[in-house]
Amino acid sequence: MKINKTILGVGTLVVAGMLAIAADHIDAPAVQGGTADITDYYAFQAENTSNMVFVANVQGLIMPSATGAAKFDENVMVEINIDNNGDAVEDLVIQAVPRDGKMYFFGPVKPTAPGITSTVMTGSPLGNVNISAYNGTESITTTSNGSKLFAGPRDDPFFFDFGQYTEIIAGRATGFNAQGTDTFAGSNVMSIVIEVPKSTLGSATTLNTWAESKKK
Amino acid sequence: MKIFNFKIAAMVIALGATAVSCDKDDDMMVDPTPDFAGTFTQADQMGRPAINTVFVTSGNKDRFNVTTPSQQGAAFQSAFQARLLALNPGYTTNALTFTAAQFTGALATDVLSVNTSGKTTFFDGTNVLTGRALNDDVINTELLLIFGGPTGASNPTLTNDNVNANDKPFLTSFPYLAKPW
Repeated sequence: MKINKTILGVGTLVVAGMLAIAADHIDAPAVQGGTADITDYYAFQAENTSNMVFVANVQGLIMPSATGAAKFDENVMVEINIDNNGDAVEDLVIQAVPRDGKMYFFGPVKPTAPGITSTVMTGSPLGNVNISAYNGTESITTTSNGSKLFAGPRDDPFFFDFGQYTEIIAGRATGFNAQGTDTFAGSNVMSIVIEVPKSTLGSATTLNTWAESKKK
Repeated sequence: MKIFNFKIAAMVIALGATAVSCDKDDDMMVDPTPDFAGTFTQADQMGRPAINTVFVTSGNKDRFNVTTPSQQGAAFQSAFQARLLALNPGYTTNALTFTAAQFTGALATDVLSVNTSGKTTFFDGTNVLTGRALNDDVINTELLLIFGGPTGASNPTLTNDNVNANDKPFLTSFPYLAKPW
């Protein structure tokens, strides 16, 4: 088991060193390997179908041996952007900012201004949650309006034979293998999970959504 | 009276200084209101999975991450189309009946659409792009749309990576993602 993990670690480093990696892990030079690197983003209906869930993961390919030391960066805000009138401009944002072991959440609220800079919408606090420790107590906050908040390390939910994809793109293979290898197996991410009542997101039948990381 | 108020104010300030200097692990400390001042400037962004990785050329990946979605189509659609045709020179249309221009026009504005009622999935055989759930095999869906041709049957060795599920089961309840390894 130890040997397997070592091999996996080495293989992952080699792959990561080669080029950009899906889903959004290490996607661009300015963010790769840093605390603002978004690895994945999900939006789906909650177990309580009156609610919507947003997941933003950062800092991909964290091996178990490094997960205990992994931290959210207090200079990085993760912002869920929600367009509810179809123009791909955010009408609402949900912001997550870490401070001293807690993740503070704001929104959903109309941002002061849309675009690539943000200030924290301190007038619209959603709640906060203790950042869960690796293999420690799992902290979940449920707010008075039924929103749920989580921040901490989780298994990377992404799965893909990225190694074979790389071989195909490089011209060294003509197709995927009959049995694929999940490049992301056994690795962790720093995860932010937010569940809010759909009624807080406007009345549109379809939302356009995306995740951003912003640095101070 | 005035002096009395001044004394209380001085005491509050003194207490404040004590609180700030005391140990983080001291349970007696009143939780201070954190400082959230400042302007945060964009570093990374993501809507649909793997768009920057697959469709943006190496010199433009940082620029894609700081181009607002409403401007991404104008800035990147033609480059996306060139990239699509480099990946699959035989591309005609795909299972969504999109031409290369239509498909890359939809992809270049990198937002994840999500329905506010009903099932939310990237693709489940019936529903298309109504959200993204944790167990959606989004890579197979994208490979199918890039390489699969109008019926999804073209290039069969390129439309399925044969990794069809996560390495840990997801949870049915919040926070939904599996515990870390």
